[in-house]
Amino acid sequence: MMLQVIFALVPGIIAHVWFFGPGILFQILLACTFALGFEAIILKLRNRPVRLFLGDYSAVLTAVLFALCIPPLAPWWITFTGMLFAIVIAKHLYGGLGHNTFNPAMVGYVVVLISFPQAMTAWLPPSSIAPNSLGLSDALITIFSGHPPVGLSWDALTEATPLDAIRTSIASGQMISEARQSPVFGDFGGLGWEWIANWYVLGGLWLLWRRIITWHVPFTAIGSVLVLGTIAWFIDPGSNPVPMEHVFSGALVIGAFFIATDPVSGCTSNRGRLVFGIGVGLITLAIRRWGGYPDGVAFAVLLMNMAAPLIDRYTRPRIFGQ
Amino acid sequence: MKHDLVKQARSAGEHLYHFHGGLRLRHNKKISCQIPVEKTPLATRYYVPLLQQSGREAEPLVSAGQKVLKGDSLGCFDHFGGGHVHAPTSGSVSAIASHPISHPSGDDGRCVVIRPDGLDQWRELEPVENWEHADPSELRRIIRESGIVGLGGAVFPTGFKVDRASDHAIHTLILNGSECEPYISCDEMLMREQPDAIILGARILQKAVGASRVVIAIEDQMGVVNTALTSAVKTSGAENIDVIKVTTIYPEGGEKQLIKVLTGVEVPSGGRPTDLGLLCQNVATATAVTRAVLEGKPLVERIVTVTGSGVRKPRNLLAQIGTPISNLIDQCGGYAPDAARLILGGPMMGYALASDSNPVIKAANCILVLTEDDIQPPQPEMPCIRCGECARVCPAILLPQALNSSIRSELWEDATELGLADCIECGCCDFVCPSHIPLVDWFRFGKAKLRSLKVEREQAEAARERFEAREIRLERVKRERKQRIANKKAAMQSDREKQQKIAAAIERVRSRKGEDS
Repeated sequence: MMLQVIFALVPGIIAHVWFFGPGILFQILLACTFALGFEAIILKLRNRPVRLFLGDYSAVLTAVLFALCIPPLAPWWITFTGMLFAIVIAKHLYGGLGHNTFNPAMVGYVVVLISFPQAMTAWLPPSSIAPNSLGLSDALITIFSGHPPVGLSWDALTEATPLDAIRTSIASGQMISEARQSPVFGDFGGLGWEWIANWYVLGGLWLLWRRIITWHVPFTAIGSVLVLGTIAWFIDPGSNPVPMEHVFSGALVIGAFFIATDPVSGCTSNRGRLVFGIGVGLITLAIRRWGGYPDGVAFAVLLMNMAAPLIDRYTRPRIFGQ
Repeated sequence: MKHDLVKQARSAGEHLYHFHGGLRLRHNKKISCQIPVEKTPLATRYYVPLLQQSGREAEPLVSAGQKVLKGDSLGCFDHFGGGHVHAPTSGSVSAIASHPISHPSGDDGRCVVIRPDGLDQWRELEPVENWEHADPSELRRIIRESGIVGLGGAVFPTGFKVDRASDHAIHTLILNGSECEPYISCDEMLMREQPDAIILGARILQKAVGASRVVIAIEDQMGVVNTALTSAVKTSGAENIDVIKVTTIYPEGGEKQLIKVLTGVEVPSGGRPTDLGLLCQNVATATAVTRAVLEGKPLVERIVTVTGSGVRKPRNLLAQIGTPISNLIDQCGGYAPDAARLILGGPMMGYALASDSNPVIKAANCILVLTEDDIQPPQPEMPCIRCGECARVCPAILLPQALNSSIRSELWEDATELGLADCIECGCCDFVCPSHIPLVDWFRFGKAKLRSLKVEREQAEAARERFEAREIRLERVKRERKQRIANKKAAMQSDREKQQKIAAAIERVRSRKGEDS
């Protein structure tokens, strides 16, 4: 099951490589290595069968999701710290597979986001508009040394993400239309990002078709962002982005299909999942609009994880004959 | 509200409804339906368990060495309004001994061991001459005393069920012929071969409980059954008997699920179909009723499906209760070389037997022999990841994943609130669980625990009541003693006053005398 979720991520990963270079592949590899290492050590410490639990691919999935959330050239110790928190603290200290209250990948991501804000904003521009694109070896050197290759600086390499661009332009009193002049925007979302999101949707639809996930969370998470984003855009198109941009920028699509659908930390009944999805959508939108971070999917998922047991309690289905 | 439900239940079969969840399983029924039902030859020994119906064991009425005729009572039950266990053939009782009884617990129990004399001679039979004019209570008495139980597998005493039903206004009798569990075909073969006996049984049961209609539910995949039953209804001349085809989804044959499909009404949790004016009986139970009433023969045999890729010639057999299962296997050509597991019942709700020396019991609708290839290698149990697949297929609309965690944490109040008692143990959740958690085993454990907790609570309650009664009694004794002392004192007091008055009177007389003199 976890393996199928990883397969479903492959189209999105390919798109990621296409637009932002091969750095992400190293990040995935690195994250998987750390995740499996931590998982093996802590399983040993907890006297659990190591091979059995490594074979369930839950740690690999956590690692892949984490790697897809961080900048492709982030230094290795970011991944290390993220995986340490995700696997050891968020997963195993809460009781291991099936018992974690919070989504491990998102805990790892939020820890590094808060701890290393500088490194976590070092996103690359899509290669089509990048002045300096890095080769394989350069990417590897950057990740392991934590410094850009000789002759280049971080400023020359990185570029604000579309959501960053919107945020800074609104903060400086610009209109959305002015912010959209930036080359990081594409047709209906961020340049490159929109296509990655499309490919994630494809993977997500495959998961739906395979009945690995149900439609409830992705539909309501994206739906609530669309509905509310549309309302906000109608009221004030000057300071609110086009609703489609909300969906196709940032982590909303991967979050809605791959992260908020985590069964362990989410809601278990279908009605509960509807509430959960709406919650994720609303909180994401609120953080993007008023919060201190450009994107809020990770925080939204963690906050809804906290609410999940309560939601489950009040959305129990009616028992046969009662 | 309830009146509306009963009203809706009256329209049983007019429109078909869906129930939540369930599974479409591979049938595997055809392999055992190829040849007609055959009677098993006499065995050398019969082991008739005294535990034959839900509840406790019967008290034996025979002793070792005693001669019995076929149909003689071997033991009687003191619960569920009584009932009997009968001799499957004539012969002598060689012992009442402990023997495996084919119970899910795997335990041994007391069995009446019979050595047949080879004559297979019935006791004197007392058939009812004209059942159409018999008193319903007389019909119910015959059903009760013939040891008839629900032959669908639940083995609840039919006599008790119809007795209880006669207290309610039963409008519709539902005959359950939707044998939804894979492999099992004993009801299908019965409906093909003895449709007239089923229709007669239906009419007798109808009269016994005063129902105005009969609905016979069969599966849409039972081709010839429909024609057989429909023409049997026609020849019987009976009105108000409908044969209804339902879609085959496991566990459609469950009483509550079938009623939901036929009427759209859910039997209230903790309630019974009789609350809705419905009585549900298995088709094989109906034929047993026909035999009991029209021929005077108690329930001593049943049709058993012997099937699975582990037997050479799968088929259906008419077997006497108490026949060792190995006899049936032999009659089906013996085991295939790679036979690996012997199961009593179907693949979903059945249980594995330790040995084929176990006897055929009234609940034995199927003997399933699986091979190594059929049995999936035991998968290691993984933690629940709350994927909710189990909740999707649960026909009782429970949340098995939540029940599982509450039972494991021994949170019995939570488990009760989550509807543990409403679980029908169909095994759908087990079947789909990606973590291979034996959910139904946990639910059975939880139910047993709840029962024992209830007994403990009742005992504690009784002890408290006894204590309180004692306190009240002691208090009363104390009060009475006080009262007695007080009464005595008062009496003494008044005695003293009297004496004083007398003395005063004497004094007065004296002084008057003194004045006179």
